[in-house]
Amino acid sequence: MKPFRYERAEDISGAVATLARERTGEFLAGGTNLVDLMKLEVMQPDVLVDVRRLTSAEIEDLPDGWLRIGAAVTNSELAADLRIRSRYPVLSQAVLSGASGQLRNLATTGGNLLQRTRCAYFYDTTTPCNKREPGTGCSALEGCNADHAILGASEHCVATHPSDMAVAMTALDAKVRIQGPGGDREIPITELHRLPGEEPDRDTTLEHAELITAVDLPPMRFSASSRYRKVRERASYAFALVSVAAALEVRDGMVSDVRIALGGVAHKPWRARKAEDALRGRPATEDSFRGAAQAELAAAVPLGENAYKVPLAANVITRILLDLSEAR
Amino acid sequence: MEIILKADGTEHRIAVDPRTTLLDALRERLGIYGPKKGCDHGQCGACTILLDGKRINSCLALAVAHDRAEIITIEGLAADGKLHPMQRSFIEHDAFQCGYCTPGQIVSAVGMLAEAEAGWPSHVTGDLSAAEMPLTDEEIRERMSGNLCRCGAYANIVPAIRETFEGRVPQ
Repeated sequence: MKPFRYERAEDISGAVATLARERTGEFLAGGTNLVDLMKLEVMQPDVLVDVRRLTSAEIEDLPDGWLRIGAAVTNSELAADLRIRSRYPVLSQAVLSGASGQLRNLATTGGNLLQRTRCAYFYDTTTPCNKREPGTGCSALEGCNADHAILGASEHCVATHPSDMAVAMTALDAKVRIQGPGGDREIPITELHRLPGEEPDRDTTLEHAELITAVDLPPMRFSASSRYRKVRERASYAFALVSVAAALEVRDGMVSDVRIALGGVAHKPWRARKAEDALRGRPATEDSFRGAAQAELAAAVPLGENAYKVPLAANVITRILLDLSEAR
Repeated sequence: MEIILKADGTEHRIAVDPRTTLLDALRERLGIYGPKKGCDHGQCGACTILLDGKRINSCLALAVAHDRAEIITIEGLAADGKLHPMQRSFIEHDAFQCGYCTPGQIVSAVGMLAEAEAGWPSHVTGDLSAAEMPLTDEEIRERMSGNLCRCGAYANIVPAIRETFEGRVPQ
């Protein structure tokens, strides 16, 4: 690991000001991904500013039915919270499908959102990677790309975002609260992560020294009718090949409202708005669900080894919507 | 940087390089060799400790970030010279072969039982709103998936944990 300075601050403002003064540096929370990347020298920050004890570790009810998840809430505590389990089961299920018990006890809500891709070339410092070292090229484009993106990729990067939690939050229209040198702001989670375009080294729209302080979940009439389904190469403790977070409301046999987000298919959690639009007002049948999935995946551009993800994603979307419609 | 670690009941004041993980601090600075360095990347669970009561991978935690933490390792589980029920159950069931993963398995299992008793669900828990959560073999396997055993002693590890949970370990 390259040497770095470790800094603490009195409060969030102090932490933001400390990092803003540095040219390169990172906030440290659980560290489960960052410390690993530093050991491998994939990331080499000059300074770490510890924020684990600064941001809130509480989940609080807000007026109007919103729920606020402090950035320091651990993945374990989030998944076990009774309000999350009853009102947003998709989020509990997504968190529980990721990592291991030990990792979920350290990893935080803010850190989970900011974890880096698990593309093997990003981790292998002997190979070119535009995300790790801009301008060197993408090794996955013509290499081993069975795990890589089928939607929204660019010629510069085909990596996927690894979070399960973020996929569920994307389906739930979560808002991300941010504090930075320029003040506070709040953005929809769909605007936090970005597609690679020509700057694959930028995972998110956050500016230097901006810190995620909380994630807010809005009330949703049908969020209790939601679930997460993840397909992976072993039964536990593996990243998604494809995952789907969905919430469904059916009235008189017709889809009155629906939310769908996909994981493992793009550089960001993929909100499937085309599929949602194709479903609203349609009969809640397998044909409608499959048609909607295909509408979303029509834009898929498979690489050499990951064409299997297109029918897999369509099947998982169809299955999860059928399960939700039958569970009512 | 100077930090204080309370490890297995003893308080230590040590100066560490910011790069030092809790695992390296315990092993190389405090001489507590129970937690093992397997993969050193949070994938194998051999380094599992209880940090303020919660099981974590000590290889991914920087020591400087856990100043004043209370740590329990495999070496601190036994009280008054008497093995912890989970340790006895692992011996009873022959739940290891080479033994390298065993400290992490046992500490992880102790942390996992506390999680289950607190009503935390897992990926294989069918009904998230259920008050009672039976700790089936399927639940144990899922909850212990962060601990790898390359000898493949899982067939004995699962009953060793289940019987400890059921209180059926002889005193």
